[in-house]
Amino acid sequence: MSRPEGEGGGLRVKFVPDEEVLKHIADDPGIKVRKDKTQLTLSVKTFVKKLEDISDDEAQEVLEEKKYVAALGIGTQDSMQNGSSVSGGEVYSFQTPKRASKMAELASELAQTPGQSVAPEHAECPEKTAKTPQSSKHSSSNKVQQKNEKKEFVSTTPYRLRKRLAAPDLYLESESEYSASCSEEEEDAEDQKEVSTVLSGRKTPAKTKAASTPPPRNTLAKKIKENKMSNLVEEYFEAHSSSKVLTSDRTLQKLRKRKLDQQTLHDLLKKAPLAYAAEIKELNEQHESLFSKWMLQLHLGFNIVLYGLGSKRNLLEKFRTSVLQDSVHLVVNGYFPSITVRSILSSITEEVLDHIGTFRSPLDQLEFIIKRFKEDSSLELYVLIHNLDSQMLRGERSQQILAQLSSLPSIYLIASIDHINAPLMWDQAKLSLYNWLWYETTTFSPYVEETSYENSLLVQQSGSLALSSITHVLRSLTLNARGIFRLLAQYQLENKDNPSYPGLSFQDFYQQCREAFLVNSDLTLRAQLTEFRDHKLIRTKRGADGVEYLLIPVDDSTLTDFLEKEDEDV
Amino acid sequence: MSTCSVSKGCFVFKPSPKKRRVSQKTAVCFGEREDDSEDANLRFVTCQSLWNEIKSATEQIQEDLNQQFFDNLVSFLRRSHSEFQEKTTEWTCQMKSREIPTAALVLGVNVTDHDLTFRSLSEVLQNTITPYIALLEAKDCPGIKNLMQKLMGQLMNCYVDVDSLEDEDCVQVSQNRIRCSMSSLINWYNSVTKKTDSETPRKKRTSSSRHWQSPPVVVVFKDMESFSTEVLQDFIVISSQHIHELPLILIFGIATSPMIIHSSLPHSVSSLLCIELFQSLSSKEHLSTIIDKLLLTAQFPFKLGEKVLQVLINIFLYHDFSVQNFIKGFQLSVVEHFYTQPLSILCCQLVDAKNRVNSLSHNQCENIRRLPSFRRYVESQASEKQIALLTTDSYLKEIIQKLLEDLHVYHENYVSVLRCLHVFTSSLPKYPLGKQIRELHCACLENQVWETEEYESSLQLARMLNKSDLVTMLQQCVEIFVSSSGKEFDKTVEKLKEFLTQFQKLEEGEAFQEQDVSVSSQKELQKKTDLYHLQKTLLELKESRRSKKLTKFEMLRFEVVDYIDSLVRPQDSARDSVFQHSQRSPGAPQRCPEDCASYGFK
Repeated sequence: MSRPEGEGGGLRVKFVPDEEVLKHIADDPGIKVRKDKTQLTLSVKTFVKKLEDISDDEAQEVLEEKKYVAALGIGTQDSMQNGSSVSGGEVYSFQTPKRASKMAELASELAQTPGQSVAPEHAECPEKTAKTPQSSKHSSSNKVQQKNEKKEFVSTTPYRLRKRLAAPDLYLESESEYSASCSEEEEDAEDQKEVSTVLSGRKTPAKTKAASTPPPRNTLAKKIKENKMSNLVEEYFEAHSSSKVLTSDRTLQKLRKRKLDQQTLHDLLKKAPLAYAAEIKELNEQHESLFSKWMLQLHLGFNIVLYGLGSKRNLLEKFRTSVLQDSVHLVVNGYFPSITVRSILSSITEEVLDHIGTFRSPLDQLEFIIKRFKEDSSLELYVLIHNLDSQMLRGERSQQILAQLSSLPSIYLIASIDHINAPLMWDQAKLSLYNWLWYETTTFSPYVEETSYENSLLVQQSGSLALSSITHVLRSLTLNARGIFRLLAQYQLENKDNPSYPGLSFQDFYQQCREAFLVNSDLTLRAQLTEFRDHKLIRTKRGADGVEYLLIPVDDSTLTDFLEKEDEDV
Repeated sequence: MSTCSVSKGCFVFKPSPKKRRVSQKTAVCFGEREDDSEDANLRFVTCQSLWNEIKSATEQIQEDLNQQFFDNLVSFLRRSHSEFQEKTTEWTCQMKSREIPTAALVLGVNVTDHDLTFRSLSEVLQNTITPYIALLEAKDCPGIKNLMQKLMGQLMNCYVDVDSLEDEDCVQVSQNRIRCSMSSLINWYNSVTKKTDSETPRKKRTSSSRHWQSPPVVVVFKDMESFSTEVLQDFIVISSQHIHELPLILIFGIATSPMIIHSSLPHSVSSLLCIELFQSLSSKEHLSTIIDKLLLTAQFPFKLGEKVLQVLINIFLYHDFSVQNFIKGFQLSVVEHFYTQPLSILCCQLVDAKNRVNSLSHNQCENIRRLPSFRRYVESQASEKQIALLTTDSYLKEIIQKLLEDLHVYHENYVSVLRCLHVFTSSLPKYPLGKQIRELHCACLENQVWETEEYESSLQLARMLNKSDLVTMLQQCVEIFVSSSGKEFDKTVEKLKEFLTQFQKLEEGEAFQEQDVSVSSQKELQKKTDLYHLQKTLLELKESRRSKKLTKFEMLRFEVVDYIDSLVRPQDSARDSVFQHSQRSPGAPQRCPEDCASYGFK
């Protein structure tokens, strides 16, 4: 909090007088707007075009627009002064929020001026021109800090805080500023604030203009009250947002240890001692004593469902090996990622009933099974389903089919569920088909087998694989194509600190590639991109404004590795 | 062979054929507890026979309950297509309006019970009206095509069933080939009915004898609410076009309210239906009947304990209203009881139980001695008797037989007295002992009912009953006792009848007396007219009324209530001595362990 103030102060000495900084701090809606990161995507062209759109309406704004352009110029100059080695793209990206703030000012300007004489407008003009370099300078200060690798500072909290602190001042100041005028101006001040909030919601300028039309006149008291209310609200959010700072940032990423591969993790976990081993063993023995009872109840037409914490796979396996050895049984791993009802039914028809042939639909297949089991009363089948509530089996249709299957008197179903809301899968009709008996079998044992198909956070993801595949693919491509990919990768790495980085827009990319003499027309670029896309090296995404964004769907560390390797090769 | 694989999710295990056991393993499961393997088989057989008995009884009850309902439905079906039988032009004239006769069955929300109802319904219809019935469920019919497919499949198959199995193949083939359309259905129907006409001698025993020449085609929509409206609409519109050629009747099974037909179908479609409403018995009444016939009877030696019964009733009332689930829970508790209690071999009819007591092993005798209720009984006996009970098996068996008999008698009496008490308490204001007999039953099972506050207050309230109520109640009680199988009720009936005659006499006497009193007071009021005197007389009157000796009626009323009370007490004290003893003792209708139902249901 104090840090940015200090930094800003240092710059202030260089560029602007004190009172303007004060005013800037107190009364700059743009600061708030800055928070809106999506504004970053705004390109210069579109912005100017929009500006023109608005200014068409009122001639007086032409003047202002010029000021804006001037302000832009100052902004770029500033940034050039501060960081001479900043690339163009970066300037743009940091320029945009400032422009957005200009937009806010413009809008508020409009809000203040309609139907009024030009005089107050004039009075404000110098103030504004004075303001613009200030904000641009502010953005540059921001940049400076970024260069200092203060990642934490990128979080918007300090700005917000400053805004919060300034909020009461804003009211006071506007009060004093317009103390001579009537309540209408009061409203305008109010509007200004409103506009700023509206703007932060990424509204088009045209819209803000609509929003900035003066609202119906209310009493002054009410306005003040509202103002206070909004302050209260902001205070509330401030109080709660400050807790964000307290959040621990000790993520897995910060571990000094490199991520392990599957095998080493497995070995390490194996070595870890199991807590309460004796008690758990006793618990399991208790469950195992129920086996004969389960058999009895299965034979009497009930089906059994096991629930409770811990993997019930071993328990069911034990049940299978100890009781079901001499009978036909089917084990279904519900946690298997590509399990389907069809495969369950097929294994019954093909392997249990020795039927050769295909079925048009699972329903036909089910009908066939039901018919066969009804015809031949000596047929018996035990079905064990681990995780009946798994992703693949929890669908309504699958459950319906399984329920119908389990309602057959000579099919005995014993299943386990793990999700806490698993019973919600079944409605009354299915429940009566299943005819469950519920057994709570908490085992506290780890879900080793069940989760083996999932990726662990501790295990290094397929990063190495992706790296090798990238290099492999690129090796078979032309030099230009490699250059293109490099460009994109570099750009992405430069923006890796931006969490809402949408990707590089196609137009910009094309521009860059052209400048680097990598392509000569956007068609050739598209042809290259198709190549990448086919190998899943890039992903395209269409933004809200219809612009195509390109992204490499690989994590940053892999990308860095890749670039390093490329550099070595070259 | 392991069940872990990265390429497969299903694993089939087939033991080698010679190892495969075809035998019924169920009985074996019963005896796998180490301490009581000896009687496992017997116990299992007892359990099965008892359960089968109970099951058939419940089915019988359900059939009886549905009788009226089905009768109405059948008569409607007969009526609706009687015109078609005459094969006159009249039919076509009548059906110009193209209305399909439709029966809407309001069955209640207990969806799980509907299956049984429909099954028996189709049986009844098959026997009386038509062999052509199709039962459709929403889950089989996502589109009109599937519906027609299903419909034709069922109709043609049923025809095969009715006919004979020899030409099954050709029908099977044709079924697959036939395009599922209404016209092919009509063709089928015509050919079938014609065939029936021509082949009457052969078919005499099946269709012609029971059905008419051209029986209607009944299509049952089991769960009308879950059908998609488009499918229903299409089907209704299409079939209404063909109603001239095909005598179709629809039956809708409705779980919520009959309004659903009009809200789900547009007017243009619902106007094609000629709907008649049939209301089935509510499932609550159904349950009451089941409890009445299963639990409050001495017919079955198995009785449910208080907590289990409470759980089952709560599941029913607050969960699903499903009688089927109640019966399943009952089954579970039966199984659990026989599985866990080694002495449950004695839970059978009295005669068998006596025989079985005689052949008890020493181990089982020890089991008896370990029972808490038996221990209490022993402690209440004289010391030499105690020793004999604890050491001599034969003496023990003798005593047990006697106790069993007592228990049996107690249970017979218990039911009658319970009903009698229910007659008295069920009409009291605020129902201190519950409105339903099952609540009273639960209260009685829980503890000695006459010690509870509720019992006290209900007696108090009973003492304030008016005469006509009291008389009708007494009459009801007499009926109960007369119809009951208990032997000791002759005296009770006599006594109650005596009460009744006393009331009768009282009525005559009182009418006279009351008239007398009123006349005299009237006179007095007329005599003294000034305010002071009037007040005084009124006060006097009031005073006298308060201090007045109880009228004969009131005396009699007290007497009756006290008698009922005494009736309840000795019965229950009999329970005190016998029932408590043998609550967990041989052959006693044992309480199923409380925990058995708790994990059985969610």
